[in-house]
Amino acid sequence: MKDLLHIEQLKTHFSTEAGTVRAVDGVSLHVRAGETVCIVGESGCGKSITAMSVMGLVEGPSGKVVGGAIEFDGRDLLAMKANELRTVRGNDIAMIFQEPMSSLNPVLKIGEQIVEPLMEHRKLSRKEARARAIDLITLVGISRPEQIMDSYPHELSGGMLQRVMIAIAVSCNPKLLIADEPTTALDVTIQAQILDLLRSLKDEGGMSILLITHDLGVVAEMADYVVVMYSGKVVEEGEVVELFNNPKHPYTQGLLKSKPIINQRKDTLYSIPGQVPNPLELTESCYFHDRCQHCMEICRTREPKLKDVGQGQKTACWLYEEEALAHV
Amino acid sequence: MSEALLEVRHLKKYFPIKAGVLNRTVGHVKAVDDISLTIRPGETFGLVGESGSGKSTVGKTIVRLTEKTEGEVRFKGKDLYHLPSEELRKLRPELQLIFQDPYSSLNPRVRIGDAIGEALLDHGLVPKEEIRERVQEVLASCGLSAYHIDRLPHEFSGGQRQRIGIARALALNPDLIIADEPVSALDVSIQAQIINLFRNLQETRNLSYLFISHDLSVVEHLCNRIGVMYLGSMMETGTRDELFLTPLHPYTKALLSAVPVPIPKLKRERIVLRGDIPNPANPPSGCKFHTRCPLAVERCRLEVPEFRHMGGEHYVACHLA
Repeated sequence: MKDLLHIEQLKTHFSTEAGTVRAVDGVSLHVRAGETVCIVGESGCGKSITAMSVMGLVEGPSGKVVGGAIEFDGRDLLAMKANELRTVRGNDIAMIFQEPMSSLNPVLKIGEQIVEPLMEHRKLSRKEARARAIDLITLVGISRPEQIMDSYPHELSGGMLQRVMIAIAVSCNPKLLIADEPTTALDVTIQAQILDLLRSLKDEGGMSILLITHDLGVVAEMADYVVVMYSGKVVEEGEVVELFNNPKHPYTQGLLKSKPIINQRKDTLYSIPGQVPNPLELTESCYFHDRCQHCMEICRTREPKLKDVGQGQKTACWLYEEEALAHV
Repeated sequence: MSEALLEVRHLKKYFPIKAGVLNRTVGHVKAVDDISLTIRPGETFGLVGESGSGKSTVGKTIVRLTEKTEGEVRFKGKDLYHLPSEELRKLRPELQLIFQDPYSSLNPRVRIGDAIGEALLDHGLVPKEEIRERVQEVLASCGLSAYHIDRLPHEFSGGQRQRIGIARALALNPDLIIADEPVSALDVSIQAQIINLFRNLQETRNLSYLFISHDLSVVEHLCNRIGVMYLGSMMETGTRDELFLTPLHPYTKALLSAVPVPIPKLKRERIVLRGDIPNPANPPSGCKFHTRCPLAVERCRLEVPEFRHMGGEHYVACHLA
């Protein structure tokens, strides 16, 4: 099947006074139609910057996409002019963020904020747009849509606001929804509601989702395909069941082992020693080497490339060098 | 059964709602509405609930960061609200707090050695010339190095800052630590390190914890007994096994089923609650959970359920359990 979103060797760097931060450094990923792809990783791994780069939201002058390609539906997003990109954004690709409160305008009524993109992108009249807005609010599971239309953001709870954000995002029937930690700020019972909503929107509308999260539980529930990032690079990727049952990269293994799971209590949790390296001090090596219990000489001096290790899984780790060669 | 270290009885904390030009009190937010709990020496009591359930207010009211409205808080048998201020001050080192965001609880211009040593000096627990040594000792037991002592908070990562927060509490040699969402802001790999640190410290120092968290998987991992709060009230308490293996309250069941489990394609029965948490200024009548409860009957709307003993250490406030 053809890729809907195709990211190839994306590099997004930030220049700071202290040096260049290679926030995203050679990331490739693909999202097919109707598929949910999760990018998982800890803070600073570059998962959000990858998404921002797709949306053309990386802020200059310090931040810049310095290499690679982003193709959406066969079109090169990086080569697009600002106004062209503007029609793709919102129409074909929509995005929701972690903090719904800070993504909505506090002095505009909810209704206004849903109607606006409909008039802008779908060229609807105000009356048509309003009717469609009420349908959308009902679609995302809010009762009393008229009343919500006339509310201001501060009058609604976090879960309601995230529903409103989703309503705005899906208002123009996007082919791809990018969701950056959409449930991280919400309570578990509300998170369950929002994840259900995203799933049903995807199943009914055939929309693809690129979901960015740090929560492996959310990944397991939502993903078809998982991409694990560490320090700006993809360290492992694969189909969700395979990746969870048979993680290859020591980082993925460590992440899965260190998460406490309900009804599976252990006396001591496994924990990955040390911490994420300083992005300014990275030299050619496997960036995980000083936290890795399998670290070998080669890991300190040469960067492992992402290689196929069978079952559609890929990993960037020197441990699998021979296995990878066997699959060539 | 050993003597209780902390005993909280019928604790209430109401915040007034002021309105109008005269700033009159027009109502109350019942943040904590009749909560009782007991913590024994060496035990970890987990307090779970969603945002707005009042779990943090319970912690703050216990140490008198905010004053109670009603009820009783006894620490080592002494009523914290009826103690002369001088005696309360003497008791303070034994009862310490750790917060969610370690950065905002550290003064950015104070070196961490001073931040940790200050309280020691203030309470006169250690002679001045030995303070540095003591601080280094406590840093080491929290997994930090001696050379960290002269650094400033911004030089540390989130996980390290939380270690500093723990070290600062630990320096005073407390018996009880109230930890308010101490691992919620941390990444998974760091979270596991801090959880293990909490555990090891408990074993080596016979500490007790009141562990406040919204994350049930962390609470299950650390706590001996657990209380589930909703809108200021305790819905269910029990030992870890009672609560996680045989939950009785529909809210506890829903909470447990809502936690995403990192096992893909797992088929499990999920109770998705409708709606949001109601406004705590105007909580529902009867059982506060009835507006979202999938099992609610007429009685739940009318009568406040009693907190009933269900055998063992299991208590539940539900008409249907």
